[in-house]
Amino acid sequence: MNAVLEVTGIKKNFGGISAVDGVSFDVREGEILGLIGPNGCGKSTLFNCILGQLTPSGGEVKLDGKLVTGLRPAELNKLGVSRTFQLLQVFPKLSVRENLILAGQEHQGNMASRLVGRSDAGLTEAANQMIGFFKLDHLADEPAGGLSYGQQKLLDAAMAFMGGPRLVLLDEPAGGVNPSMLADLKDRLVAINREKNATFVVIEHNMEFVMSLCSRVMVMAEGKVLAMGRPDEVRKNPAVIEAYLGH
Amino acid sequence: MSAFAKPLKIALGLAVIAGLIIVPMNFNRYGLFILSQWAVMAIAAMGLNLTLGYAGQVSLAQGAFVGIGAYAAAIMTTHGWPLPVAVVVAIALSFAVGWVLGYPALRVQHHYLAFVTLAFSTLAFLVFRNESWLTGGIYGISNIPRPHILGIATSKPLPFYYVCLGSLAIVSLAVWWLIRSPWGRAFMALRENPLRAQSLGIDTKRYTLMAFAIGSALGGVAGALYAPLTQYIDPVPFNLSLSLDLLMMVIVGGAGFYFGPFLGAMIAVLLPEWLRFTEGYYLMLYAVAVMLLLIWSPTGILGILDRYLAERRTKAASALRAVAKSRLETVQ
Ligand SMILES: Nc1ncnc2c1ncn2[C@@H]1O[C@H](COP(=O)(O)OP(=O)(O)OP(=O)(O)O)[C@@H](O)[C@H]1O
Ligand SMILES: [Mg+2]
Repeated sequence: MNAVLEVTGIKKNFGGISAVDGVSFDVREGEILGLIGPNGCGKSTLFNCILGQLTPSGGEVKLDGKLVTGLRPAELNKLGVSRTFQLLQVFPKLSVRENLILAGQEHQGNMASRLVGRSDAGLTEAANQMIGFFKLDHLADEPAGGLSYGQQKLLDAAMAFMGGPRLVLLDEPAGGVNPSMLADLKDRLVAINREKNATFVVIEHNMEFVMSLCSRVMVMAEGKVLAMGRPDEVRKNPAVIEAYLGH
Repeated sequence: MSAFAKPLKIALGLAVIAGLIIVPMNFNRYGLFILSQWAVMAIAAMGLNLTLGYAGQVSLAQGAFVGIGAYAAAIMTTHGWPLPVAVVVAIALSFAVGWVLGYPALRVQHHYLAFVTLAFSTLAFLVFRNESWLTGGIYGISNIPRPHILGIATSKPLPFYYVCLGSLAIVSLAVWWLIRSPWGRAFMALRENPLRAQSLGIDTKRYTLMAFAIGSALGGVAGALYAPLTQYIDPVPFNLSLSLDLLMMVIVGGAGFYFGPFLGAMIAVLLPEWLRFTEGYYLMLYAVAVMLLLIWSPTGILGILDRYLAERRTKAASALRAVAKSRLETVQ
């Protein structure tokens, strides 16, 4: 299988501390890759380096074999890479539907057509579908800021899918989502992965969620890759048990 | 309820428009001047509302753009150019300068941005005052002609009021279109969450510059009407206090609300006239009224209305839920 994303030797230093210290891995077309590791081991920082939110201190990122290190987040998104955030990032005063239209509009037409064309960029239908898909129907016209934490988390994930991305990096999508909704969320992710052929990288602390969702899991510790493999292999890896799963 | 609210809104809108056309017909020269001034200031405030209210970019330079538009129109029309051409030039000039002024906003925000735009405001004033070969310096430019529109002379107050009102109508429609378009949504994204906006492919840099440029261009339009309205301009009306006045119009009316600038401009232009009977105290009363309003509702007058409507919606929704719940209980 082809690698959608190839990350080679990514480093990120903050002053003296080295938050990410030479991380390399591939993400294969169509897979769901889990990323786990203790708090502060550099998972979110790694995402931010891949997505152009932070400039890496070293290393490179390739998308479909093309070098994309140094591209701005908006440019990467245009190439089909989207994300969710660990901390809630929605547009609080806009309605749920407007949030979703906003999330997809830059993938429709060009600057001129977005000025003179349809006010919804032709996305109302797609937004309504996404709303139904994530069971947010009764909240469609509510301002996003008024939703509960878990609901905003779902909206944040839904927004990442509006542009029809090929690769989605999800930073703790299950954090704060209640157990019954969690099962729903997993179903949604699997469905989008299969139907839309979208590739995922998922950071998550909920082991059960990761192990049942992902085809491969990468474990980080102190800015480095500790292990990479199928969930059952990773679970048995002594170094992983020692560093992470043990306590 | 909403099926009933829409025709009501349209009827109200038509009544206001008809009122603005018919009622001033028997106004005197002074009344027409004040009303024309309202229309002109509403245009400038709408521009600032776009930059500040929708896109969230603080600007203390809107008055300078009114000045740029006014000087462009004054210089051109006193040299024989027709006003519509001067308006186009005023738009192009203030759009371009506004675009450039947007660059600092890519690096600094909030009060730092306020300081940068404030410095620009001062710079523009100095140019108006010191470059007398172009602007007439402190003596200004007089005998600014009013235009012929479709062959009709608008030199009398009433026809020129209609020029201002018509311009306000065109600008209002354009702004209405803009804020409902994906561009308007992208502007709000800049205000609400630029980090998220970027990750969704929104070119925050380009939209920030556009928000400044378009907002400034509307300032230029207002200026290009202001010059033939007063028929004489000098640098004084375009100093920092005009920028502050416009900022106050936007905030008092309600920043980020479509009708905010209309209301804000009305209060800023008319209230001092109504309070004139208090003689020397009117500015003080005005200042106190504004302070009280902002303490009560930091989101301006339309913010009060918005909160009231939201409350009513919540109440209606919880009433519905209560009904549904009691039905469920009776079924059980
Ligand atoms: N902007 C920053 N400036 C300085 N240090 C930072 C910054 N961002 C992250 N760090 C540090 O880098 C390290 C890695 O942080 P990161 O957020 O990537 O961890 P994480 O693996 O996502 O943790 P968690 O599971 O708690 O989200 C931490 O020590 C953190 O304090
Ligand atoms: Mg993290």
